[in-house]
Amino acid sequence: MLGYTITQWLFGILSFLSIMFGLMVVFSRNPVSSVLYLILTFFCIAGHYLLMNAQFLAVVHIVVYAGAIMVLFLFVIMLMNLNEDQEPQRTWLTKIIAAVAGGLMLFVMVGSLKGSEQLQLQSYGASQVGLVKNLGKVLFHDFLFPFEIASVLLLAAMVGAIMIGKRDIK
Amino acid sequence: MGTQNAPIDYLPIVLMFVVALGFVVTTMVASHLLGPKRKTKIKLDSFECGIEGQGNARLPFSIKYFLVAILFVLFDVEVIFMYPWAVNFKELGMVGVMEVFTFVALLLVGFYYMLSKRALKWEE
Repeated sequence: MLGYTITQWLFGILSFLSIMFGLMVVFSRNPVSSVLYLILTFFCIAGHYLLMNAQFLAVVHIVVYAGAIMVLFLFVIMLMNLNEDQEPQRTWLTKIIAAVAGGLMLFVMVGSLKGSEQLQLQSYGASQVGLVKNLGKVLFHDFLFPFEIASVLLLAAMVGAIMIGKRDIK
Repeated sequence: MGTQNAPIDYLPIVLMFVVALGFVVTTMVASHLLGPKRKTKIKLDSFECGIEGQGNARLPFSIKYFLVAILFVLFDVEVIFMYPWAVNFKELGMVGVMEVFTFVALLLVGFYYMLSKRALKWEE
């Protein structure tokens, strides 16, 4: 098919879909449909992980991001009283600040991608490190300390959520 | 499970997704096109157990729901770390058990904090 393999076709389709859904997240007026488009974006990114042979990451991405984080996003939308008549007025100052922050974000992302052409990447989809077994070996040997620190991070998040969410804490 | 795994092995799952989505889309489009449409105002009203709906559905609601959800997400992430351990359980042996128990013990501190602050008690 036009000199492309099936993996390249899938990559192209998935990239197109993820960029399209990502733009729709930004451009849709309704915050709830924005979140639903974000779920579709996450599914497309999970497809990318599968193409890169990182199956564990793909499944975790769907379970945690599309399943749990999206529920949090919806809850935040429902916590904020987003009626159309009381939408906050955005002044020029906030618009300029948002533009500057977004520009800096773009700057950081372009800067981080700049050195990536020097990396010696394995051929697409041939790496075996993303499988659960290999991932576990790496996680529990080489990355043991970050793994334990992750539990401290989760603990901090838990305590913080309780501190903020509970009104009169004893 | 073989040691060599290629993305193309997941083609059956992708096909399953395509078939499932395709079935849903086809039936929805078909029922939309084929079914009769007799719309009245009463039919299009939202159903509230027979009581007439009033007010706006977009009210800010209690933060307790959010607290439950965020605690769920945190323990969800904890469980995800156990899958790589479970797959490698025999090879890691006692060391792996100690590593994961340290991880879980730190999170149990958080669980104890949650219980002691009565974070999940609804009527307070």
